[in-house]
Amino acid sequence: MTELTPDQVHDVVIVGSGPAGYTAAIYTARANLNPIVLAGSVTAGGELMNTTEVENFPGFPEGIQGPDLMMNMEAQARRFGADIRHEDATALKLTSDIKEITTGSGEVLHARSIILATGSAYRELGVPGEKELSGHGVSWCATCDGFFFREQHIAVVGGGDSAMEEATFLTKFASKVTVIHRRDELRASKIMADRALANDKIEFLWNHEVIRVEGDGKVNQLALRNTVTGEESTLDVTGLFVAIGHDPRTELFADQLELTAEGTVEVEGRTSKTTLPGVFAAGDVLDPHYRQAVTAAGSGCVAALDVEEYLANLP
Amino acid sequence: MADLKNVTDASFEQDVLKADKPVLVDFWAEWCGPCRALAPVLEELAEENSDKIEVVKVNVDENPGTAAKFGITSIPAVYGFKDGEHVASSIGAKPKPALEQEFADLLK
Repeated sequence: MTELTPDQVHDVVIVGSGPAGYTAAIYTARANLNPIVLAGSVTAGGELMNTTEVENFPGFPEGIQGPDLMMNMEAQARRFGADIRHEDATALKLTSDIKEITTGSGEVLHARSIILATGSAYRELGVPGEKELSGHGVSWCATCDGFFFREQHIAVVGGGDSAMEEATFLTKFASKVTVIHRRDELRASKIMADRALANDKIEFLWNHEVIRVEGDGKVNQLALRNTVTGEESTLDVTGLFVAIGHDPRTELFADQLELTAEGTVEVEGRTSKTTLPGVFAAGDVLDPHYRQAVTAAGSGCVAALDVEEYLANLP
Repeated sequence: MADLKNVTDASFEQDVLKADKPVLVDFWAEWCGPCRALAPVLEELAEENSDKIEVVKVNVDENPGTAAKFGITSIPAVYGFKDGEHVASSIGAKPKPALEQEFADLLK
């Protein structure tokens, strides 16, 4: 490799563009580190781009639409000079002093530090029929697909905030929404749970799990199992929305640094420092537990400050 | 980049099924965030492969007939047609390389 001149090496590249990535961009831009953000070719803005009303992000007393919140964050980062590219990172080399980042267009970026803010991907049920009928009744995006289930009976699987939000949203279209949950209590926050529990169109099927999605070219039935008695049954629905959680998106770098037992990136204490020098993490990719827009934003700030300190102490 | 041509329930047969070239159809809607994210990627794909394929879009809100005919229940959905037959599809907002792989036979 030919020797790189210092001006060919960037201070920091940020991979990802949810609240964590954009907050890290705002802070590093304001620290004059000229961050490059690889925001993703189709995933820019992250998970909040697929939500509707965000009611718990401080500073918006009337709530704000998820996509609006993310476009605001992007604009705020740009205002301070962040170089935000709607491109993917396709390969990372993190183990040497100068990190190498290959982008979707084939360009190779070099940087003294990197912030991994790749977020998480929705979890699949992993049952027969799910993949085959994906796009034909099986869905992961209520805001995109609710429209296709007007006056139909559909199911939502999951017991967290996302499942409650999706179920509540889907009652705008569906005649009936059955929430299937493997336990007998919800993990969702009280306000989200109460809203769903009070909705006449939502019915709860406790202690059940989906073991098979059935239908010829289109979903028409779910095979279920009672998680307590083991008894099997069926439910006639035309749609299934899966909201059972997320897994950290680490496939680009999992073989280069330490992960936790939960599969998230291992960091030192409350910092963003991974097991590799110059490599920092922020947001859902290191957080198996809280996974909120505001915690991700806070985590992006931590990573930016850690990067600043790291660069200041480089020989 | 050029906006993709709008195809309707009325023009689908002429514009897609009877087209000379293979056609990729982007089923989308205004309210669908991932659809908006995918649009520029499809425009790029269309421009780079204008000699081989045409890429058009169908607004499912205004053209429910065509979406129903193909049993579409998730968008964005990109369906590939060749000689009037539906031959390949891709569901969700996927990066360009993934689309190129999915529709490789039509892009040859």
